[in-house]
Amino acid sequence: MSNQGFNIIVLIKQVPDIEKVRFDVETGRIDRSSAPGETNPFDLHALEAGLQIKERFGGLVTVISMGPRQAESSLKDALARGADRAILLTDARLAGADTIATAKALAAAIKKLGKFDLVLCGEKTVDGDTGQVGPEVAELLGVPHAAYVCEIREVTRDSVKVVSDMGDKYLYELKLPALLTVTRELNSPRLPTLKDLLRAKRLNVEIWTADHLSEIIPVNQLGFQGSKTKVVKVVIPSTEHRKGLILKGDDAVEKIGEIILREVAGG
Amino acid sequence: MTGILIYAEANGPEIHPISFELLGKARELAEKLGLEVWSVALGCRISDKASELIYHGADKVYIYDDERLRDLNVVAYKNVLVELVRETKPEIFLLGATPWGRSLAPRVAAALDTGLTADCIDLQVSENGKLIQIRPAFTGNILAHIETVSKPVMATIRYRVMKKLPRDVNRRGEIIVRRLEEIDCDGIKCLGKVSERGISLADAEIVVAGGRGLKKKEDLKMLEELANLIGGVVGASRPLVEEGWISKDHQVGFSGNVVKPKLYIACGISGSPQHLAGMRDSNIIIAINTDPSAPIFRHADYGVVADLYDFIPKLINYLKERTGKTA
Repeated sequence: MSNQGFNIIVLIKQVPDIEKVRFDVETGRIDRSSAPGETNPFDLHALEAGLQIKERFGGLVTVISMGPRQAESSLKDALARGADRAILLTDARLAGADTIATAKALAAAIKKLGKFDLVLCGEKTVDGDTGQVGPEVAELLGVPHAAYVCEIREVTRDSVKVVSDMGDKYLYELKLPALLTVTRELNSPRLPTLKDLLRAKRLNVEIWTADHLSEIIPVNQLGFQGSKTKVVKVVIPSTEHRKGLILKGDDAVEKIGEIILREVAGG
Repeated sequence: MTGILIYAEANGPEIHPISFELLGKARELAEKLGLEVWSVALGCRISDKASELIYHGADKVYIYDDERLRDLNVVAYKNVLVELVRETKPEIFLLGATPWGRSLAPRVAAALDTGLTADCIDLQVSENGKLIQIRPAFTGNILAHIETVSKPVMATIRYRVMKKLPRDVNRRGEIIVRRLEEIDCDGIKCLGKVSERGISLADAEIVVAGGRGLKKKEDLKMLEELANLIGGVVGASRPLVEEGWISKDHQVGFSGNVVKPKLYIACGISGSPQHLAGMRDSNIIIAINTDPSAPIFRHADYGVVADLYDFIPKLINYLKERTGKTA
């Protein structure tokens, strides 16, 4: 990599296909085994943004994920799409992490890699849905962040100008290094080409354990042990409180009309 | 006595209504836990809002009114809040799960090295006096009950799930105006507002939403007509927004807006998990779909198995006749 090139880190997570996950009401357990893993859809937009910056300015895109061994397939996919390097943090000692323990592991991995210019991640994941890991990583790295980035207006060697969608949209200028969490509006992720798929076959996903991070952070701050929040119970929300009345035919217009009028008048 | 700290979100001179909802909940928790309710507001020309926070439940209000806090600067705001928490040591610190709150809170939590629970829809006190934070996860398919083992317990709370207290001008409290010497906001600068949201779907009481059952962009006019007739706003499922038929402001769902109107009318929406995550807490749900097996019917109070192109015009006519409106 040339000295001018960007060092870009993309954080991705493998998530279960939500439509295929089974939820056990009795035990509150979430059984992902029947659901194939896929890359969190928001993260593909972060990867695309990283690849576009690399293509314009040169540099390296390193993708980091934390998760079970099967998350390797998401990293392979990222390599096929054009990432240069992929690292999977996988270890029983990293499992069961809440957002802060996850952010600590990811930040430690980024620190271990050395110098970086930009960290990109999706605005949130479809399973955890917290949107917290990105800003937490930024704080742990001591760099500014912009969340809900829907447009990257300008990239220079030492700053970016981005539009953050917080209902109203704001333009922010961030000095590099910085972290961005991105929305689906930012871009359209590319699909891997055949050439990319062939290239990716030769690239390895590096496997890091907690020991790889222990020089940066004590292992007891990671995983379940390092988590500050604990899930004490899981409940499957019931839809039984809905009336579930099905109407057909011409009566339906009048019936629905009256329900609407009642609700409108209800104030 | 220690307290529950509530971040009063101000963007410009107005306090976001979520702040008053949080104060209402904090009051209830404070009685149970034997705590005070504190609030903190940051911004520019917001000092006159301090008494409003007291009227809605705060015992003590910290005000940082500074030209340099005019823009939402996540690093500057984080630094101020972290310092205040270290000084005052609240037991619990709550922020609204607005986009701004969800960007700011994790930075504060990471700096304080404490746990943070996102987007809660309820807070309860357990038998042993712990704060149980309840939040949806897996695109709204589960509700997780979460306990925090560090201090302060931090959480962001979803808009319009907590009840604010009636404004009581006889309530008394302490206002503490803070001056800042230096503000460290190195590395980030707000260059201004680029665009305002067209509508605020989250505030809507009636939403008429369209999905893939619509054949072309122009047909949204039909839903607009219905919405106008009953004082509602038009919502849309993700495919319509991705097709460019309607702006993102109108998108209902996991990656759009979470809405909680008193009436939600889903027209030609099948009810994907990602859509349901954005509207399942609506008070009354009416669904119109040609497919009787569409998942939306399992989440609706009233389902109509019909072609919306046949049903909606008839419904509009009926409502016009009944209300005498011709609009």
